[in-house]
Amino acid sequence: MSTITVTVNGKSYTKEVEGRTLLVHFLRDTLGLTGTHVGCDTSSCGACTIHLDGRAVKSCSMLAAQADGSILTTIEGLAPGGELHPLQVAFNDEHGLQCGFCTPGMIMTAADLLSQNPNPTEREIREGLEGNICRCTGYHNIVRAIQLAAERTAGVPA
Amino acid sequence: MSNKFIGKSIKRIEDKRFTTGKGRYTDDIVLPGMTHAYMLRSPYAHARINRIDTSEAETMEGVVAIITGEEVSHYSVPCGWQVNFKNGDTMKEPPHPLLVKDKVRHVGDAVAMVIAETREQAQDAAEAIIVDYEVLPAVVNAAEAVKDGAPLVHDDVPNNICFDWEIGNPKAEVDEAMDGAHHITSLEFVNQRLSPNAMEPRSYIGHYDSVYDKYTLYTSTQNPHLIRLLMCAFVLGLPEHKVRVVGPDVGGGFGSKIYHYTEEALVTVAAKKINRPVKWTETRSEAFQTDAHGRDHVTHAEMGFDAAGKIVGLRIKTFANLGAYLSTFSTAVPTYLHGTLLQGLYTTPKIHLDMTCAFTHTTAVDAYRGAGRPEATYLLERLMDLAAHEMDMDPAELRLKNFIPPFDGVEQPGYQTNVALQYDSGNYHGVLERGLQMLGYEDFRKAQQEAAQTGKLLGVGFSTYIEACGIAPSAVVGSLGARAGLYEVGQVRVQPTGKVSVFTGAHSHGQGHETTFAQVVADRLGIPMEDVDIIHGDSDTVAFGMGTYGSRSLAVGGSAIMKSLDKIIEKGAKIAAHKLECSEEDIVFADGKFTVTGTDRSLGFGDIALTAYVPHVYPQNLEPGLDFSSFYDPKNFTYPYGCHICVVEVDKETGETKVKRFIAVDDVGTVINPMIVDGQIHGGLAQGIGQALMEGVEYDETGQLINGSYMDYTMPRADDFPMFELDRQETPCPHNPLGVKGAGEAGCIGSTPAAVNAVIDALWSGGFKVKDIKMPLTSERVWRAMN
Repeated sequence: MSTITVTVNGKSYTKEVEGRTLLVHFLRDTLGLTGTHVGCDTSSCGACTIHLDGRAVKSCSMLAAQADGSILTTIEGLAPGGELHPLQVAFNDEHGLQCGFCTPGMIMTAADLLSQNPNPTEREIREGLEGNICRCTGYHNIVRAIQLAAERTAGVPA
Repeated sequence: MSNKFIGKSIKRIEDKRFTTGKGRYTDDIVLPGMTHAYMLRSPYAHARINRIDTSEAETMEGVVAIITGEEVSHYSVPCGWQVNFKNGDTMKEPPHPLLVKDKVRHVGDAVAMVIAETREQAQDAAEAIIVDYEVLPAVVNAAEAVKDGAPLVHDDVPNNICFDWEIGNPKAEVDEAMDGAHHITSLEFVNQRLSPNAMEPRSYIGHYDSVYDKYTLYTSTQNPHLIRLLMCAFVLGLPEHKVRVVGPDVGGGFGSKIYHYTEEALVTVAAKKINRPVKWTETRSEAFQTDAHGRDHVTHAEMGFDAAGKIVGLRIKTFANLGAYLSTFSTAVPTYLHGTLLQGLYTTPKIHLDMTCAFTHTTAVDAYRGAGRPEATYLLERLMDLAAHEMDMDPAELRLKNFIPPFDGVEQPGYQTNVALQYDSGNYHGVLERGLQMLGYEDFRKAQQEAAQTGKLLGVGFSTYIEACGIAPSAVVGSLGARAGLYEVGQVRVQPTGKVSVFTGAHSHGQGHETTFAQVVADRLGIPMEDVDIIHGDSDTVAFGMGTYGSRSLAVGGSAIMKSLDKIIEKGAKIAAHKLECSEEDIVFADGKFTVTGTDRSLGFGDIALTAYVPHVYPQNLEPGLDFSSFYDPKNFTYPYGCHICVVEVDKETGETKVKRFIAVDDVGTVINPMIVDGQIHGGLAQGIGQALMEGVEYDETGQLINGSYMDYTMPRADDFPMFELDRQETPCPHNPLGVKGAGEAGCIGSTPAAVNAVIDALWSGGFKVKDIKMPLTSERVWRAMN
């Protein structure tokens, strides 16, 4: 066991963790932030994507202990003031989700994509989503949602 | 009925909880005192268990209980559909144990459930269990399994044959038609095995309340009531009123979450045994090994034509793989959901399917999005395109020549097929002609000719499909062996203030029922959508239901709600007539108002609701309250159909295939929410194209699952597709109140052969006259076909 201190969605936590505990399980089981999902066991599906120090990471691919001292944002922290993030709005507008299971990871990945590249082409969006699997939407409306969010936030600093 | 919401792309009500991380899937639920289970599974496809030793594991930290096969040996999971042999004998239905104690029959077959304080402790302890396996030879292919001398999956099932079966015209008549054919196109192919891969892994929590002697099962299911029925009445022998089954938010199903799985019964049994809640959530690797797979047919098919290109006969021999055990609807899929679709959209006068269903040492096979109908469509549509190539005819022309003429099912009768079904309504020419227009067919053929001179070959593939949805008339399916009725239940409870709670037996796991159903209810009652709440997924809240699969939710579940709405309005009219002092016949209901016909005297829906619950001025002999429940048993299947056209580019040097365009023109009957219907089609297309070009479960000859993870099994990703081009034709279903046919599976049924046909067409355009390439059409396989 070791003690870690992390800031998650603006709140600081100091917790004991087992050495083998994955970051995603720490978020879900220890902090009760169940918006971050586990869809596979090979770091392939991206359902567990969160932001670590401002960049998208798959929270199943690192240990909780490795996150000591980090600033994390999960899907629950994307709309801190209660006003939805443009991607959350756009996913609703464009029907970018069906069962909703991949959605938190998709949105967190897309948020990072747009912060790196505010005006992506369709091809860049599709390639940017390579690490996230959706089985429901055929990706069509996810791509459109990200395009819409990009249009709406064009010129707005992230 | 007003049209304020119906037909409009209303944004989904359910989205906010999912986009903000507030969805509540089974694995998100934490109950006080909850324990965690881990399943110890066989690494072998076929092995005798000589000994299981749990002694060390039992002493390990955190372990609460270990259950092995001996303890639950009196339970067996039944199959939900009985199919008989051709000679009338009942199908072979060997036991399907919750845990195996004698012989494992597929990789992933479970031998023990370990329950501990944490998931990790349960897994640690499972690794300390000693199982002495004696490995036996295995068989994984259905056509091999039926041969003499093949390893037996179940000792008392000779040649591994669960049953043989046939449908269509007498075989001799088909043989005669084929003998007289001018041309016969034949094709031997495998419709490969797929893993459904709903993104949420299966997850269950068993809970037992000793005070009330009541069980609760939280389960990632498509049909909570069906699970309760199967588990209580046919597996555990528990009284149904003492069992509550909850299917909370469920992360996709695609068929794989219809079935009653052994772990559902195990967590239920275990919760009582230890008097604490037990949660089990599978890993993705376990999902590959244990979620029921789809497809897996080995087929030899022949289609005969006369000199003018008219189909004269269709003759098929198929071996369908059922896996090691019979999953809930496994036996219906290759038979009544497959053989009955072999008429397709064509006037084929003679059809015969000879089907043999076999056990193998593999994961159970059951319905996966489309369920039997994609296999039928694949067979027909591959034959059609190949026949066109062979006869040097245009594939679109060949189809137009053979289509059943348009019929609306009202003025013209339904179309009686040679394979039992009677189609409801259709205009099959319309969807193909629209598809060709969207493609710009003539221009495409020119571009194709030009491309053939370069390193990139262009190809177009067609698929004009039909499916049978909205399952199903109970009496019909009952006579065909279904062990359940396939009606649906819809309850409409008008609250005293005129707000409406609707309880449906359908279950949404991505389909958007909370929005679509609310559109229907709001329009029928003339009230705002905000005043309607759609409630589903809890057997203690919803009276009964058969769940969501087979594109049935709106066609069957929506119809049940419509029946209850009619009763609400009928009773409301009685109340209104009394208050307005007129006869009931003089009341008309429109736009949320009960009006005395020909006058401006009216009462609002809210007034009537309040009166029903505060019945001071009220008709004599009328009960208070405004709350009706209805069962709707459909009169027929519904028959969505459409035309899918795929354009691919094949790299001659590498075999790499890119989908350049995909056009889908579907007729799913009346559309309530176009945005949601489009979304259903998009997702289906990705899955269907995934089968054609990317996906496939592979077993080696020892029965080892060799691509059981996302590192090995190719899942379609965002950069595999272009934007899909969709259009629609709307031919209302004549036999249900909303005119809807169902849209959940269409995309997946039509698209696979279109994609494969496109690759074959590309190769023919380059002079490579290949008949078939094994699915999935990987770059390597396409390259080999050219070299």
